[in-house]
Amino acid sequence: MFNATSRPIVETKPTSRYPYRLNFYDKPPLEDITLDEFELFAIDRLRVLSEIESCHIRNRQPEDTKKTIGDQCKKYLPLAPGSGGIDTDEERRKDHIGHFVLRLAFCQSDDLRRRFVKAESELFRYRYGTDITSDREGFLKFQEFGWTMVQVNQFDDRDTLKKELKGLNANATSWFQVKWTQVPNLVERRRVILRDGWAFVPEKEQSSIIFQEFERRLEAALEETARAIQRFDEDTRLMPILKHLGEGFQSGMSVASEYTAAEGGDAVTADMIDDMAAKHWPMCMRTLHDNLRKDHHLKHFGRQQYGLFLKVVGLSIEEAIMFWRKAFRGRIADDKFNKEYKYNIRHSFGLEGKRTNYPAYTCQRIITQNQPGPQDCHGCPYRHYSPDRLQTALLATYGAQGLKLSDLPEIMNAVKHDHFHVACTKVYEVTHGLPSGTGLDGESVTHPNQYAAKSREMEQGKDGGAVKSEDAMDTTS
Amino acid sequence: MDVDRDVFYDASDASTMMQFYKRLFPYKSIYTWLNHQHAPQKLFTHREFAFNLPGDVIIRYISFNTMEDMKKEVIRMNPTRFEIGPICTIRPKDRKTRPGALKPLQRELVFDIDMTDYDEIRTCCSGKGICRRCWGFIAAAVKVMDNVLRSNFGYKHILWVYSGRRGIHCWISDEEAMGLTDEQRKSVLGWLEVIKGGKDMTKKVNVRFAGGPLHPSLSNAVESLRGTFPKLILDDQKCFDSKEQTDTLLDLLGDKDIALKLRKRWLKRPRSSSEKWSDIKDEVVSQAQELGKKPADAPLYKAVEDIVLQYTYPRMDSEVSKHRNHLLKSPFCVHPGTGRVCVPVDPENVENFDPERVPTVDQLLKELDAVGTKDVAMSEDGTPQHAGSDWEKTSLKPYVDILDAHVRGLMEISRLKRRQNGGDASLEY
Ligand code: SF4
Ligand SMILES: [Zn+2]
Repeated sequence: MFNATSRPIVETKPTSRYPYRLNFYDKPPLEDITLDEFELFAIDRLRVLSEIESCHIRNRQPEDTKKTIGDQCKKYLPLAPGSGGIDTDEERRKDHIGHFVLRLAFCQSDDLRRRFVKAESELFRYRYGTDITSDREGFLKFQEFGWTMVQVNQFDDRDTLKKELKGLNANATSWFQVKWTQVPNLVERRRVILRDGWAFVPEKEQSSIIFQEFERRLEAALEETARAIQRFDEDTRLMPILKHLGEGFQSGMSVASEYTAAEGGDAVTADMIDDMAAKHWPMCMRTLHDNLRKDHHLKHFGRQQYGLFLKVVGLSIEEAIMFWRKAFRGRIADDKFNKEYKYNIRHSFGLEGKRTNYPAYTCQRIITQNQPGPQDCHGCPYRHYSPDRLQTALLATYGAQGLKLSDLPEIMNAVKHDHFHVACTKVYEVTHGLPSGTGLDGESVTHPNQYAAKSREMEQGKDGGAVKSEDAMDTTS
Repeated sequence: MDVDRDVFYDASDASTMMQFYKRLFPYKSIYTWLNHQHAPQKLFTHREFAFNLPGDVIIRYISFNTMEDMKKEVIRMNPTRFEIGPICTIRPKDRKTRPGALKPLQRELVFDIDMTDYDEIRTCCSGKGICRRCWGFIAAAVKVMDNVLRSNFGYKHILWVYSGRRGIHCWISDEEAMGLTDEQRKSVLGWLEVIKGGKDMTKKVNVRFAGGPLHPSLSNAVESLRGTFPKLILDDQKCFDSKEQTDTLLDLLGDKDIALKLRKRWLKRPRSSSEKWSDIKDEVVSQAQELGKKPADAPLYKAVEDIVLQYTYPRMDSEVSKHRNHLLKSPFCVHPGTGRVCVPVDPENVENFDPERVPTVDQLLKELDAVGTKDVAMSEDGTPQHAGSDWEKTSLKPYVDILDAHVRGLMEISRLKRRQNGGDASLEY
């Protein structure tokens, strides 16, 4: 997608390695970074952050969130404890660089900054909580938090401060003294003693100070980055990547990599599509399919979106031509079809013109590009339908697969916050009888083909497959 | 001297306000209060003002380059009152030429306490009314807040201003307070706020972790409010005399058996508010004895503390404080309804403050008539020659003096800071 080059962007001598697993990201990476790494590290990190965000949106329990973060990190952003061998250094370097690239991508609007800080801070908390104690202590020694330690018994008994410290926490002997502005959350919840603008924090709340400091510094750094970035938007190699990443987060999801059909699956034929649509298609594709059946036609972008999707589902070129010809029958005469449409189908399979084998659209692309006009039915219904229409359509489409009125509030809440893919994931869970939060093997929907493929996998797993497809098919009439 | 006794200077009349702005408004004090020094700096030039004009029109994003500029504009526009907003990234009046650049950066930390929030407990007045008696609630609130802001947050430059009708505003100009983010302002509120919940919530104080003791800063507040409570709530307001209020009180005890017992007793023999209160205190002692605990550890004791808080702890309008870009009426504006000037209040003497004796614009202009100062001479450019200096001849003077004393403190800090920065004024803020 982007021209990968191995030319480094920043040319400096490699300096410090990474003695600790935790990182406050105070210093930008100074090593050589290739464009490949630039993009790849960022995308992997974004996957993790996006899942964290969707946990927030769905109000998942801390334990579930923790598990999700753990799983995601293992897959995309492993970070081993202890002091480093080569691998550890490499992981930490990736962590460091990925963070800084995303700073660049997400510094530009208040909303993106806020979301980025929230997700990053959750990730930091997770790592802090899972770090080895000695590592953590070593890391903390290096940081400047501006706190001093005080002991309760260093105060005179007549000192009212001593009385107050004991009044708040009779057992705490050591307290951190910091400016209250560094620990606003603790102040807000009355978890400290305040005296002349200083907050006295019980030792066991140390982590709160650290987390708030992490957020405070990151917020400040992002604002600075936002100012600085105006100076380097000349670098045309970076900008498209940053824009792409930003759009991904904006539409509430990570950047999905292109989806390719699993090897060696059963061949899919044109006459299987009705059945598969009813059982496995996400809302966007269901809408296109149902409209195609109703009108015996789809407009250009609809054909494009649906055609590429079907190709990746596994429809061969021959079957695709058969499928579309049949679908248009009654509306478009065969010779007109051959003249005007066949070429386009072959083209999208890479058999005409530039001979590019075009990939199917990701959710991000469907959501952010080629906004449908009033007559169009392509796009993502979660994004492009009015709330009323969406609710009616969801019940009509997925009612037979178990979607109930009571599922709608959670779905609509995600939609309201522009997390369309989270809504789509919820629908997947409901229609596949999965407990809330399971997702597609722990991930959110990022690609319609991923949705369809997981759904089919599930069916094949349940040996013999579902049977009730016969009546579910009738929604088109 | 020829003074027309029948004249009434109506505050809702534009010509009255015009005279007020020309002759009485203390521009210099307000200017230096906002600017912290004599030469204009961003604290003043990048500050948003908003003018309220007759017919509920508000003009926002006004800013001034100098004090003269402000004077001229106020007199030209003759607003019914005007409000003060944040210091911004750019001069608010330039916002059209630089789209998107206007962002609030700093502003005083402000609080608003309004008598309407006390309607469910005060018995002397309701709604828009306020009298010397209900001022007791405000006085109690100011004492608590002033103390917390000073001792907990370490703030020193705190100005209390009567809102002109039934409330009081607080403006904090310490450098740290000016620079607080919205997030941090919200935290201050969280620290201060105790009374929560609307009409349908009887118990409005829920500040204990797992039913434990009060946070030390709140027990300090209770300690100081214990002094106010009998006088204000029991003797003066007689808050527990009526049947309805008695029901509320018994509910708040949180102990059905004791409530039932007391209710029966009080039905047999009518008791005054303070007698009821002393009955409750007796119950605390006997409950403690029964449980073999110190009185302070009896559950009923906690309920009593919470009741003291519910009836006397400050009730503030939190929205005003949470955002830097909230507008708040300037001190020394005239309240259009009452004609009273929004004058500073000395927190040390707040209990002696009588809202009904605050000078009105009518009274002040008559005082000027009486000493024979006539309308101000105008310069050629249409500004009055000595705008705003006649207040010295009126009963507004002691109030301006309060502000000026407050400003001297701010100027001193600002001077020290300039000296530290090698006298480079541009380094400030
Ligand atoms: S979220 Fe993706 S898969 Fe789901 S309907 Fe929208 S575009 Fe289709
Ligand atoms: Zn009253």
